[in-house]
Amino acid sequence: MGTKTREKIEHPLSKWIREERWPHIWCSGCGLGIAMSSFLYALEELKIDPKDIAIISGIGCTGRIAGYIRVDSYHTTHGRPIPFAIGLKIAKPEMKIVVFSGDGDIIAIGGNHFIHAARRNMDLIVICVNNFNYGMTGGQFGPTTPYKAKTTTTPYGNFEFPFNLPYLAASAGATFVARWTVLHAYNLRQSIKKALQRDGFSFIEVISPCPTGFGRPNKIGEGLDEMKYYKEKSVVKNGIDPKDAELSFHGGNIIVGEFVEIEKPSYMQILKESISQIKEG
Amino acid sequence: MDEPKKNSETFWRTPLDYKEIKKRKGEVTIIEDLCKGCGFCIEFCPTESLERSDKLNSKGYHPPVFNPENCTGCGFCERVCPEFAIIAEKIEVEVK
Repeated sequence: MGTKTREKIEHPLSKWIREERWPHIWCSGCGLGIAMSSFLYALEELKIDPKDIAIISGIGCTGRIAGYIRVDSYHTTHGRPIPFAIGLKIAKPEMKIVVFSGDGDIIAIGGNHFIHAARRNMDLIVICVNNFNYGMTGGQFGPTTPYKAKTTTTPYGNFEFPFNLPYLAASAGATFVARWTVLHAYNLRQSIKKALQRDGFSFIEVISPCPTGFGRPNKIGEGLDEMKYYKEKSVVKNGIDPKDAELSFHGGNIIVGEFVEIEKPSYMQILKESISQIKEG
Repeated sequence: MDEPKKNSETFWRTPLDYKEIKKRKGEVTIIEDLCKGCGFCIEFCPTESLERSDKLNSKGYHPPVFNPENCTGCGFCERVCPEFAIIAEKIEVEVK
C-alpha cells in the first residue's frame, strides 16, 4: 500500500509552505491549490532563493496565497496589491515581485492600478486567478462573470458583458500575456517560469473552478465537472491576437495559450537610465 | 528474463541494450488526512492508477487508493492535487 501518515513523509514543496497555517481553507474542488503548487514548482525548478522574491496579494480567496507561502509576503487592502508591489519594486529593484490575486481584486476594484501598471511596463509578474465571481463574500457577480451566468446577485442571469483579461492587459501595454486553466498545470508552470525570467509587465490569467460560488448556481456541478468542461472545451492557440481569445460558458471554446511576448524597455530600466543621466548632467 | 528466441524473425528485432533498459514506474504516496475528496487525481490520471475508496479520513472525505500496477510515474496526480496531499516518485525497475 502506498499510504503513509503525514509525519513520515514530506511533500517536495513543503519548504515553501507555512506549515503552521496548513491545511488551507479552500473548498473541495477549488483550483487555487493547483495554481499555487504550479507557482511553487516554477520557483523550485528555477532554484530561486526565497530571499529574492516577494509575493503581494489583496483580499479574497486567492489573496490567502501570500499567507501560505514561506517567502516575504504582503497581504494588502482590497484591490491595492499592485500599488504596494510597485513601491516595493522601486525600493528593492533586485527582488522579483509577484502579485498573486483574484479577479475581483486585480480587475474589479484594482482595475485602474492594473491598467496603469501595464501602461508603465512595470517590472511585475501579475498572476490573476479568475473564478468568475467574488467567491469569498458569497458568490456575487463581478466584471469577469460571463454574460447570462447566474450568481447570488444576478439570479436571472448576468446582464453585463465580461472583460477579456488578456486583451485588456495586452492593449494596456503588458509585454507578456498568457492564459491557462488550472488543468494545464504543466503549461502554467512553464509560463510562470518564463515570466519570472524576464523584465517588464507579465500577466498570466489562471482560470480556476469555483464550485461553491459559480458551479452551483450555474448548474455546472462540482469542481471536477468544471475541470472536465475545461478538458473538453479548451483549445491551445499560442501567439494569436488576444482579441480573439474567447472564453465562453455557453457552447463556445476556452482559448488558452501564450498570446503576447514582446520586448520593450521596462520601467525600472528607464528609471535607472534617467537617474544616471540626470546625475551626470 | 529468458533470452529472446533468436530465429530469423526475432533476431534483428531484439534491441542490443535490452538488458540495460529499465522500466519507469511510479510510487504514489497519499497523505490521507489532507485529502478533500475533489477527485481530480482519479479523473485525470492517464493510467487510471488511482481509485475512489470507501474509507474515511479525519475530515470525512474518501481519499483515493493507489494501484501501482500500471503507474508510469508521470507525476500528474501530484501536480493536479490542490491540497498538496499526493507525493509521486519515479522509480526504475528491471524489465521483466
